[in-house]
Amino acid sequence: MAEIAAKLLVLGGGPGGYVAAIRAGHHGVDTVLVEDTKVGGTCLNVGCIPSKALIHAAGDYALALRHASGSPFGLSTGTPTLDFARTVAWKDGIVARLNAGVAALLKKNGVKILRGRGTMLDGKTCRVDTDVGTDTVRAEHVVLATGSRPADLPGLPFGGPVISSTEALSLTEVPRRLAVVGAGYIGLELGMAFAKLGAAVTVVEAADRILPLYDAELVRPLRRSLDAHGVTLMLGGRAAGRDGDALLVDTPAGRRAVPADRILVAAGRRPRTEGWGLERLDLDMEGPFIRIDERCATSMRGVWAVGDVTGEPMLAHRAMAQGETVADIVAGRRRVFDPRTIPAVVYTDPEIVAAGLSPEQAKAAGQAVKTGLFPFAANGRAMTLGDDEGFVRVTARADNHVVLGIQATGRGVAELAAAFGLAIEMGARLEDIAGTVHAHPTLGEAFAEASLKALGEALHI
Amino acid sequence: MATRSVKLPDIGEGVAEAEVVEWHVKVGDAVREDQVLAAVMTDKATVEIPSPADGTVTALGVAAGTVLAVGSELVRLEVGGGTPEAPNEPVADGLAAPEAPPPPRPPEAPVLAPAEVPPRPLPSPPPSLRGPPPRPVPAGMARAAGEKPLAAPAVRRRALEAGIDLRQVRGTGPAGRITHDDLDAVARADAAPTPAAGSRERTGVEDVAVRGLRRRIARAMAESTRRVAHFSYVEEVDVTALEELRAALNRRHGAARPKLTLIPFLVQALVRALPDFPGLNAHYDDEAEVVHRFGAVHVGIAAQTAGGLVVPVLRHAEARDLWNCAAEVRRLAEAARDGTAARDELSGSTITVTSLGALGGIASTPVVNRPEVAIVGVNRQVMRPMWIGGGVVPRLMMNLSSSFDHRVVDGHEAASFIQAVKALLETPALLFMEA
Repeated sequence: MAEIAAKLLVLGGGPGGYVAAIRAGHHGVDTVLVEDTKVGGTCLNVGCIPSKALIHAAGDYALALRHASGSPFGLSTGTPTLDFARTVAWKDGIVARLNAGVAALLKKNGVKILRGRGTMLDGKTCRVDTDVGTDTVRAEHVVLATGSRPADLPGLPFGGPVISSTEALSLTEVPRRLAVVGAGYIGLELGMAFAKLGAAVTVVEAADRILPLYDAELVRPLRRSLDAHGVTLMLGGRAAGRDGDALLVDTPAGRRAVPADRILVAAGRRPRTEGWGLERLDLDMEGPFIRIDERCATSMRGVWAVGDVTGEPMLAHRAMAQGETVADIVAGRRRVFDPRTIPAVVYTDPEIVAAGLSPEQAKAAGQAVKTGLFPFAANGRAMTLGDDEGFVRVTARADNHVVLGIQATGRGVAELAAAFGLAIEMGARLEDIAGTVHAHPTLGEAFAEASLKALGEALHI
Repeated sequence: MATRSVKLPDIGEGVAEAEVVEWHVKVGDAVREDQVLAAVMTDKATVEIPSPADGTVTALGVAAGTVLAVGSELVRLEVGGGTPEAPNEPVADGLAAPEAPPPPRPPEAPVLAPAEVPPRPLPSPPPSLRGPPPRPVPAGMARAAGEKPLAAPAVRRRALEAGIDLRQVRGTGPAGRITHDDLDAVARADAAPTPAAGSRERTGVEDVAVRGLRRRIARAMAESTRRVAHFSYVEEVDVTALEELRAALNRRHGAARPKLTLIPFLVQALVRALPDFPGLNAHYDDEAEVVHRFGAVHVGIAAQTAGGLVVPVLRHAEARDLWNCAAEVRRLAEAARDGTAARDELSGSTITVTSLGALGGIASTPVVNRPEVAIVGVNRQVMRPMWIGGGVVPRLMMNLSSSFDHRVVDGHEAASFIQAVKALLETPALLFMEA
């Protein structure tokens, strides 16, 4: 039983929490981070990182399979085999390396890590139950970074064959038949990866389209790719429960049974607002989330919140930026979390990246817009990569050409998120992007060409 | 529907005019009965003038800062229903009318709406030393209301840290983007009014309008020096014994009684001396060429306030004992400083005492508080070596610097009066003896 005094207590060691702690450490703020599992949170342990590892392995395996039956450029290989246990071990190795890296960064910056279950007793006090006893931390400032957890569905409680993304990333073998409930980015990323790894995948989605957050034009190449990869889509189907080894789906045509060895429920995520004493803080809420202002301040003085527990978009990079903001404020700096855009990436095949508004969203916001779409079919680099599916699309204000949104889909476009985010954050106009010399041959040239096209001056189309 | 003229009321005995120091309404305002229309200053007291009726202001009589005679038109109201106070009253000449007449109304309109008249341009506010001057903004594209300013993250952060509201900054970059240069321009504009002292010549001139109390003081002082034939007389007073007594009395009574300062003793000395010099406790009406000698001793006590010098009056000092004087002096000083002194507490003195306390200096030449004829000034107390009884001894000395109106007071009379006061102060027991 120890009493620990600190200036800053961070509850949760995910991207929001650990970044807040590291930054606070930079500022010399006496910081304690409470985490009951490994640092890195959902993202590093059971989210972004392991899923990307799995997706990469699945991609390479699918490519090798394709090459076994020949390729356009004359490569042919033997039939590949996949030792899935080693795939998982490789993935776990990456996670372990990053865990150690984050822990080392925290240590280097003087952050005290308390491994245990934290429970807030009031706005300044946290009880931490560790393996060896109970500690009490009293802090001037508290950052709530408790994150989120996979949402379950009525009739499909997690357990047995019904798994969440967390379990899907630690399967020891590829399921023969995988039913995925939810055609959001998590369901499609994992569904596609398992399809490439050889599973017969059925994706059930209640809406009448996949990736409901993205517009139809942007999603169309993915839709074709899902078909090509043999993924069965059941749109307008509602998962109703389980019967033996089948997922029951209510469709407009009646109840259907989808045989499945595993049922991956990827129906979104819920903020983690239970089990750590939120009820003792009496914070203002916004729906299921903790309400915060632009400084990430909650309704209680000295209590801050960052990341998934504060609302959408539930993305690691949003949490990290918020964590940085709060740490700076606690250290006495003047900061607000006020980005123009939080880019989002979907690691399907093809990838999808979006920053800012889509043309429809911009029009709905009352803007007169110019849009330019440049297809990778006219981009040399895409052709030499053997995959010219997709495009870059730019939306700008018609009057002053300030870029409002950029979306792309295609192989490897996730990396374009950097250019897209920078353009919007800097307040670039179409002329700025068109006037930047883009290296040739790269996929990024499509960004400049899309801007030129919006100006009516595209060169290569 | 009728027009009603609100005149500057008679706000006190003998008040002929008042300065409008502040308007609380403007043309076009709907006012309720008893709503304050304006604040006017008379005899160093400020009085608020309420509206006599509900109505709409159609004209203000004068600009703020103007002196208005009692009975002059202050405000013109358009009132609904009822009968105007004075129908068809001719509009006074010189009334500042609004630029455009109010639009004609149907006579049957039962309810008044604020008239659509352009507001009178307000007199420019007095320059303030504190507020920054309006910030010149570099030319650039205007933004639509509510539109987020376009600026790169580094510019946003720099503005936040510098306390610059980007919504107030015009961007000169493409599409109105706010650049680092734009922030530099704002920073330069902010820094401009405060160049490092002594490092360069200063060429600015600050114009401070003389208004309100300051103007009253200016006029009174000028009138006094123009009309009064001043002469000053300085005499030193040994206050060693007086100070011992004062300290002893304060010690003895502690917090039970008001703390004694020098002023109550001086007032007691004046009260004792004045019966022998009736020509000094007097007003000289130089128009009528009559000196009014007063039985009562109303002592004006000059007091510095944030707004300027005021002279609250210790009334009937002849009927007060030392402690009562002390309490009243203290109360008056506080009321004057708070601005809560009533009008009759700021007028009617028959002789005035002025003291700068620790700043009293060696000698001063007070200005007579006309129409009075004498003012007694108190200088600093200082320990001096004095030749007494064949030896040098340290004595606490204080000068009295007094001025008189030579038109009606001669030097001999004035000097004799001060000598009498001196004798009382040097032997303070005399202050407490029955005559």
